[in-house]
Amino acid sequence: MTWEPVIGVEVHVELSTRSKMFCGCAVDFTSPPNTNVCPVCLGLPGALPVPNRRAIEHLMSIGLALGSEVSSRSVFHRKNYFYADLPKNYQISQYDVPVCRGGHLDITVDGETRRIGIERAHMEEDTGKSTHVGLGGRIHAASATLLDFNRSGVPLVEIVSRPDIHSASDARVFAQELRGLVLELGVSDARLEEGSLRFDANVSIRPAGSTGLGTKVEIKNMNSFRSLERAVDHEVSRQIGVAESGGELVQETRHWDEEAGVTHPMRTKEGSSDYRYFTEPDLVPMTFDDAWISSVAATLPELPAQRRSRYQEVGLDGRQAATLAESPPRIRQVFDEATGLGADPTAAFNWLSGEVVSHLRRAGLESEELHLGGAELFELVTIVEEGLVSATAAKEVLEGVLTGEGGPREVASSRDLIQVSDATRIGEVVDAVLTANPDAVAGYRDRGEEKVVGFLVGQVMRQTQGKADPRVVNELLREKLASQPGGTPATG
Amino acid sequence: MTPDGPTIVEAGRRLREGKTTAVALLESVLDVAQLTEAIVHAYLTIDREGAFASAAFADEELANGRDRGPLHGVPVALKDNMCTRGVETTAASQILGGYLPPYDATVVTRLRQAGAVIVGKTNLDEFAMGSSTENSAYGPTFNPWDVSRVPGGSSGGSAAAVAIGSALGALGSDTGGSIRQPAALTGLVGLKPTYGTVSRYGLIAFASSLDQIGPLTRTVEDAAVLLEAVWGHDPLDATSYDGAYPDPRAEMGRGVDGIRVGVVRELSGEGYEPEVETATANMVDRLAGEGAEVVEVSLPSFEIALSAYYLIAPAEASANLARFDGIRFGLRIPGPTTEALMSATRAEGFGPEVTRRILLGTYGLSAGYYEAFYGQAQKVRAAIRADLARVYTDVDVLVSPTSPTVAFEAGARVADPLAMYLSDICTIPSNLAGDPAVSVPIALDGRGLPIGFQVMAPALGETTLFRVAAEVERLAGFTARPVIDLVAS
Ligand SMILES: [Zn+2]
Repeated sequence: MTWEPVIGVEVHVELSTRSKMFCGCAVDFTSPPNTNVCPVCLGLPGALPVPNRRAIEHLMSIGLALGSEVSSRSVFHRKNYFYADLPKNYQISQYDVPVCRGGHLDITVDGETRRIGIERAHMEEDTGKSTHVGLGGRIHAASATLLDFNRSGVPLVEIVSRPDIHSASDARVFAQELRGLVLELGVSDARLEEGSLRFDANVSIRPAGSTGLGTKVEIKNMNSFRSLERAVDHEVSRQIGVAESGGELVQETRHWDEEAGVTHPMRTKEGSSDYRYFTEPDLVPMTFDDAWISSVAATLPELPAQRRSRYQEVGLDGRQAATLAESPPRIRQVFDEATGLGADPTAAFNWLSGEVVSHLRRAGLESEELHLGGAELFELVTIVEEGLVSATAAKEVLEGVLTGEGGPREVASSRDLIQVSDATRIGEVVDAVLTANPDAVAGYRDRGEEKVVGFLVGQVMRQTQGKADPRVVNELLREKLASQPGGTPATG
Repeated sequence: MTPDGPTIVEAGRRLREGKTTAVALLESVLDVAQLTEAIVHAYLTIDREGAFASAAFADEELANGRDRGPLHGVPVALKDNMCTRGVETTAASQILGGYLPPYDATVVTRLRQAGAVIVGKTNLDEFAMGSSTENSAYGPTFNPWDVSRVPGGSSGGSAAAVAIGSALGALGSDTGGSIRQPAALTGLVGLKPTYGTVSRYGLIAFASSLDQIGPLTRTVEDAAVLLEAVWGHDPLDATSYDGAYPDPRAEMGRGVDGIRVGVVRELSGEGYEPEVETATANMVDRLAGEGAEVVEVSLPSFEIALSAYYLIAPAEASANLARFDGIRFGLRIPGPTTEALMSATRAEGFGPEVTRRILLGTYGLSAGYYEAFYGQAQKVRAAIRADLARVYTDVDVLVSPTSPTVAFEAGARVADPLAMYLSDICTIPSNLAGDPAVSVPIALDGRGLPIGFQVMAPALGETTLFRVAAEVERLAGFTARPVIDLVAS
């Protein structure tokens, strides 16, 4: 039997607001432990939360970018569980009335676009950070736990996909796409190594072709794209193994062990789903009116998907559009400026994705350090079209431009790369070559030797140091060969 | 002895007339405390050093012509569930023994800004859970009117201090009647303001949606003075009201002519002491005599308010008290694992009533029970609000006894939580509704124990509430003070 994995991904995104979700402490992970703390984020007796409006606007941006509906009214809930790094022993989160509902995110894999539904996106606060020290640093053998509350109360958005994903690699691409989106929105640093992006996944399997849902297993503790893909992959295989050996899958929460590359069940207590949610009585319901929603919507930048379709509209193909849409902002800016001035989009794209990118790589430069403006790219494309320089010479021109020698025309001329297309001058060289190679001329004229033409073109190019326009050379040669004494070449 | 200290208003007058000083006022309340604490046990902490520093500063300011208003130089007490920077704050729990908050509650900041002198921290039922101040981990408080009896609770320490004169006024907190019931049992005015008008920032939470700080004072006017000092919008409390605030004094002294007074039928009958009912009825008659339009009203939802309260308050408390885990502050009982440490600390640190309510609340929120318990209780709460909205179209205020009984014997209800819970039957509806309510002393019963009369108003109805309370006070002419036998006990 073949099995189809059914996967839903939950992504936690730490927002990069200046202050925390419910207090004025700085969001800054470079400070020494427990320095960005106050009574509120330490959960001291009597302290009360006050919501960070900016963080809520960031969540609205994410929702709007995902095409979610922003609720007109939303409430915070308390999610109760005891854990040393959770100061109040409840997390202020959202339950049945999240800020954002619905929406979708398109992912493109091998040129094929798939739409992944979004269930919800909600606001919550992050926990502190536990470091277990002692015997081997493993959770179960820890002899001491160090707590740092700098992260406690940092605004956290949880985005939950619908179970629309059917492979581990799609789960990874979804997460990557989401990362691109929050970066684009400027709402998060999305630094995986700092844990500002974390993933959980809900995985089940079903016989291919069926539409039912199998027993769902939640896997936790993935903090890189690679571990997300590996964990899902492993879990799918494990479930198939259980199913095919006649075993019974149980609904549970499993922990991903990055080192061992396996998932194992969490203790029932840890995985317990009875969080005793109830409305957070220290906060009042949030209300979102149209004016607020549209003012946030007005600040949204162009998103990768919107860019992709815009690039396709100007004439790039799907793959080119996707590549460019994901290129760094500086590259896209040069493209937009050049095509705005009238450069051929495909030519502009080819330059940028080929020579320009490899130049940056060779020179070890960031795209922001690129020494090429839109006007210069337009000029480069134009002089190639005009035949002022050959395609080969144009690469040299670009190199000169990139190293600061000047504009394309300037470089072409200073590096002596301007192509000779003046028929009179080329004609003189052709005549000289024909005179110098009577055997070749005879071979063409008397025996119809086509290869002779190539040889003669090569001679002309050599004499002109490659600057003659090959099209013009070709044309003139054929013309002049045809009019050589002896008449038309023999045929047949 | 019989306390002879001034009211807040009198003290302010004498201060400004130069007949006393803030330091002298402080000395006299500390003298009273010195004499009575061993018998009454109103305080958990007396901050002599801090209080003398504030009093001296207050005198200096007055001498320099800086007058911060009616609380300037007045010695007041705080229930020990309000955080005071660097001064031990325990909520009467072992789990917070020795805890020194790093910050002041907003009400404390405001009292200091108003020039008040904070004498110390008063006793309470642990985490404000109780109606007798017997659930304190540091020993009970006794009623100055009869030291074999309880002062009510949970703000029993604040009530006892003001009744005996070891403070001229005090702040308490009222979650289900914890200001009004002890005020009634100790012959004081006790006010629970409209929910959201006094910041809860720095109040150690019991039940967040019900908790409200308010004054316990000897007179209605003193209550207005304390209220005006502490209420107002606070950006640190997201539930703080930020609209226009009513003026509590605007109609004080105008009598009750034309005021529509509703007598709540459900708050009478079985369980109510006859002398309490008689005194209440007499006051209603006298109000009618002054031109009030008295009608009997029925609020059927009041019958189930108590049950709803005992689901909602413990549920919120179960989460609010989760932070007391031995990790970051307070008591810590070591254990082999973090979980063991938390369990041991909580088992050791919480008293039996707190444990009972945490379990009750946890149970009521659990999967499978939520709808039947917490969910249902929220519906009752909505029904109470709807009932009240309906009657407030016909009446301006509601009246009832504050407590079905006068002060009861210490120990009498300790073994019977349900009997104890019934102490708050008259006061709970205002908390569930978020409305203001006040208890005013109107009489002594045959044994010389005070009886309180409750006036309730719709949210932000403090202007009418104070108007009616002032008239009740005038009509009652209650001037009795407790007499303490300093030799006995
Ligand atoms: Zn903080």
